[in-house]
Amino acid sequence: MITEGLILSAILFVIGTFGVLIRRNAIIMFLCIELQLNAVNVAFVALSRSVGIDGQIFVFFVMTVAAAEAAVGLAIIISIFRHYETVNVDNFNLLKW
Amino acid sequence: MFLTLSMLAVQGGVEADQVAGSFEPFFPALVVLLPLLGFVLNGLLALSHAKRSAAAVRAGGELQLDGPGGRPSTHTLPTWIGPGVMLGAFAITVVNFVRMLGAHLEHPVVISYWHWISTSTFTVDAALQLDQLSMIMMMIITGVGFLIHVFSVGYMKDDTGYPRYFAYLNLFVFFMLVLVMGASYPLMFVGWEGVGLCSYLLIGYWFSDREKADAGKKAFIVNRIGDVGFLIAMFLLFATFGTLDFLDIFAGAEDALVYGGGAVTAIALFFLVGAAGKSAQIPLYIWLPDAMAGPTPVSALIHAATMVTAGVYLVARSSVIFALSPVGSAAVAGVGVLTALFAATIALTQNDIKKVLAYSTVSQLGYMFLGVGVGAYAAGVFHLMTRAFFKALLFLGSGAVIHSMHEALHHTHSHADAQDMRNMGGLKKYLPITWITMWIATLAIAGIWPFAGFFSKDEIIWQTAAFGGAANAPYPFLYTIYWILALAAAMLTAFYMTRLMVMTFHGSNRTGEEERKYLHKAPAVMWIPLAVLAVLSIFGGWINVPEAIRTSFLGLGGALPMSEWLHHWLEPLTAQAHHIQEVHLGELAHSAPVGGGEVAWAVASTLAALAVVIATVVLVGGREVETADKDAAPTGFGKVLYNKWYVDEAYDAVVVRPLGKASRFSWRVIDQGIIDGMVNAVGYLARGFGWFGSLFQTGSVNTYAFVLSLGVLFTLASFLF
Amino acid sequence: MFATVLFYLFAGVAIGGALGVVLAKSPVASLLMMVVSLGSVAGTFVLMEAHFLAAVQVIVYAGAIMVLFMFVIMLLNLGHDYEQDVKMGAFAVVSFAVVGVMAGMLATRFGGLEGDGPAAGAIAIDAALAEHGAVGAIGQTLFTDYVVPFEITGILLLVAIVGALALAKRNVA
Repeated sequence: MITEGLILSAILFVIGTFGVLIRRNAIIMFLCIELQLNAVNVAFVALSRSVGIDGQIFVFFVMTVAAAEAAVGLAIIISIFRHYETVNVDNFNLLKW
Repeated sequence: MFLTLSMLAVQGGVEADQVAGSFEPFFPALVVLLPLLGFVLNGLLALSHAKRSAAAVRAGGELQLDGPGGRPSTHTLPTWIGPGVMLGAFAITVVNFVRMLGAHLEHPVVISYWHWISTSTFTVDAALQLDQLSMIMMMIITGVGFLIHVFSVGYMKDDTGYPRYFAYLNLFVFFMLVLVMGASYPLMFVGWEGVGLCSYLLIGYWFSDREKADAGKKAFIVNRIGDVGFLIAMFLLFATFGTLDFLDIFAGAEDALVYGGGAVTAIALFFLVGAAGKSAQIPLYIWLPDAMAGPTPVSALIHAATMVTAGVYLVARSSVIFALSPVGSAAVAGVGVLTALFAATIALTQNDIKKVLAYSTVSQLGYMFLGVGVGAYAAGVFHLMTRAFFKALLFLGSGAVIHSMHEALHHTHSHADAQDMRNMGGLKKYLPITWITMWIATLAIAGIWPFAGFFSKDEIIWQTAAFGGAANAPYPFLYTIYWILALAAAMLTAFYMTRLMVMTFHGSNRTGEEERKYLHKAPAVMWIPLAVLAVLSIFGGWINVPEAIRTSFLGLGGALPMSEWLHHWLEPLTAQAHHIQEVHLGELAHSAPVGGGEVAWAVASTLAALAVVIATVVLVGGREVETADKDAAPTGFGKVLYNKWYVDEAYDAVVVRPLGKASRFSWRVIDQGIIDGMVNAVGYLARGFGWFGSLFQTGSVNTYAFVLSLGVLFTLASFLF
Repeated sequence: MFATVLFYLFAGVAIGGALGVVLAKSPVASLLMMVVSLGSVAGTFVLMEAHFLAAVQVIVYAGAIMVLFMFVIMLLNLGHDYEQDVKMGAFAVVSFAVVGVMAGMLATRFGGLEGDGPAAGAIAIDAALAEHGAVGAIGQTLFTDYVVPFEITGILLLVAIVGALALAKRNVA
């Protein structure tokens, strides 16, 4: 079941990546990033069948970080929205130059 | 720092390295520090004066004349501070001199105050050296310097920069004393550069006049060329000896340097370059005539009596090194005699009274070089001393004349040149003391018995002959030529000086009816220094009468005192050089190249000089001189001489213009074109790269994420395959 | 056999949900698809004997975090600009190609990882589950070997709360 888990993880990860690449709504991009994190979790759980319970512990930590990240990230999106009245990342091009 | 210095001075230099005999130095540091104190005080006054003047100008008014004598109050103190510190320094010098007279000092006394430069391999102390040579120089500098300071009080009394003038003058004396009292070449170099600076400041004293400011720059730049020589010579000395202290170098010179070897010759020749720059010798003499742009007392002090003799002092101080290098000595003597003759020919036709004296100075410095070049170090220093008296006198006398002329012309708003002798004539009636004293100086410089110049100049000429005739003289023929040229220059000296006297003081007055009424005598503050110097010009030569002359009828059958006193006085310092000379050259000759002994030639030269003087009085005096505006320009050879052999023009064409072109080339092509081009190219390159890089900065998060994904892809690929 | 079928079922739903997240027009729909996906992944966790994580996945991830997203989407009143939201055309094709190649690479690498018989980790986990139960098995390790990272995680969460407050507050004093 390890192989299947890893392949599932890979597929979920590339779907998340694809989402980040083609979507411009900051919240959806954020969801896709969560998807990628989740894919990693699947990989950890699958590999815990090979290395033991430590893999699951890492999943626990990843989830915690994801929760923290979601809180801060969403707060940032809210502040940006307040300023620009939009969450479309094409409008945030201050990174240019 | 000044406090520390003063404390050291009061302690009288406790670290005396060696006190020979019973010589106890008497606060020698004070001699140096008093002029420095004068500089600081006068400098502060000058700053306050400048501030007051500027404030007055801003307010649209005139400077308040609130001091005595209808002058600003800032002019009161420098009158006392300037000459006062000089008197103090002179008094201390005299005490030291008297003590040294009684001590029969065998070795120089070196008083070290602190470590100036201290590295693992090289140490220079801030140390003063007291010996017979530095003592003579100190006597001249403080003594003559004091008289010139007093004279300046009268000469500069109405000048707006009065405190500044005395500040510079005091600073000059300070540096000059450092130059002659320093116990090592670096310390001497400090004084050497310092006097150069003061010379520049004082030549360009009236800096609002472009021509005078340029003259200052010329002096400074030409001196720098010489300084390079001095520096290189110092480097060579350090490479050879590992030290630059006089005593260490001279003690080890005979072991470390081969007689006539390449090293010592190089050192001597580089020192000659330095000395030629400072002492205005060919080819670096060109700055001195221009230096006459400064106030006349400055010309007397710096450009006649003291600073320009620094080169002679350098050679005399380094006598051991020059004695070891026959080529170097011959070069010194050759440069000297050529300069003596060359400058004398230029002086023949000049009409500016100060220009004549300037070229005369160059010429007389040539004599000193000849003296020290033929190993007659005492004679060179002797001439240095006597000439300090009569040359300062001549300059101060001309200053009195110019001062009088200037005021007379000023009263009538005439624009005639106050320094042009063609505008003078018959001044003996108006300036009697100046007339008499200047005649004394003229006779002295012409070498007429029994004035000072007779003994010193004759000594040098005689020593040239004696040196050339020595048993193993290196280039006997060369020295015979030197001897003949020196005699010729002596005759020219007699001519141009008499011409100056006749044109200035004799004949009919050419100043004009109106101006004549305002010609005035020199005030006491000006004529007293003249009188003192006149006395010295008469009797100053008697301290070193050669034994042969003293016992002959010229010495009144032995009635003149002090046979060869200076010679014996300097003996402890020159003994080593004379010993080297004796070993390698053998005994000096006792007759001139064409026969005749010392006394015979002395009689002949003084008679010849006297004849020239009388002939000149008759010839020039009998000719009617036209005033400057009516006088025809000289023609033929006279024109060449009048234009100073076109040396300035030649320098302009050979050095200045090519240098200007080369500088322009460096500026336009090398600096702006190549170097700036390279720098700019780097800048443009960076800008280009930046522009290229900015193309990737789209600002789109998706694009960035895409590129990141590509990176992940390639990283993965590198793991997998 | 039944477990394998169930795993494929859950995996398929998870992948479908993930595609829904990426492709759904409405953010709310995306979010619901995300919940579906996360729930299915929780199912696979159960099948891989990570019972505790499966529970946390459903409660914290699919529950709390997704509700947070939902709040924000509602708050900002999003969902009316799908045309501007999705980058279609050449960029999407190229992106698809890139992620496709990436998936291919990962899949190739993962093939044949598993040996014959049950893996060592699976045996250990089975033993731990038998001894401590689902929660006890993970707690045993978490509070012994990983107690320091665990505590630091607490601090991280605290900082996140403060940071979120500071960022989202309307008027920063």
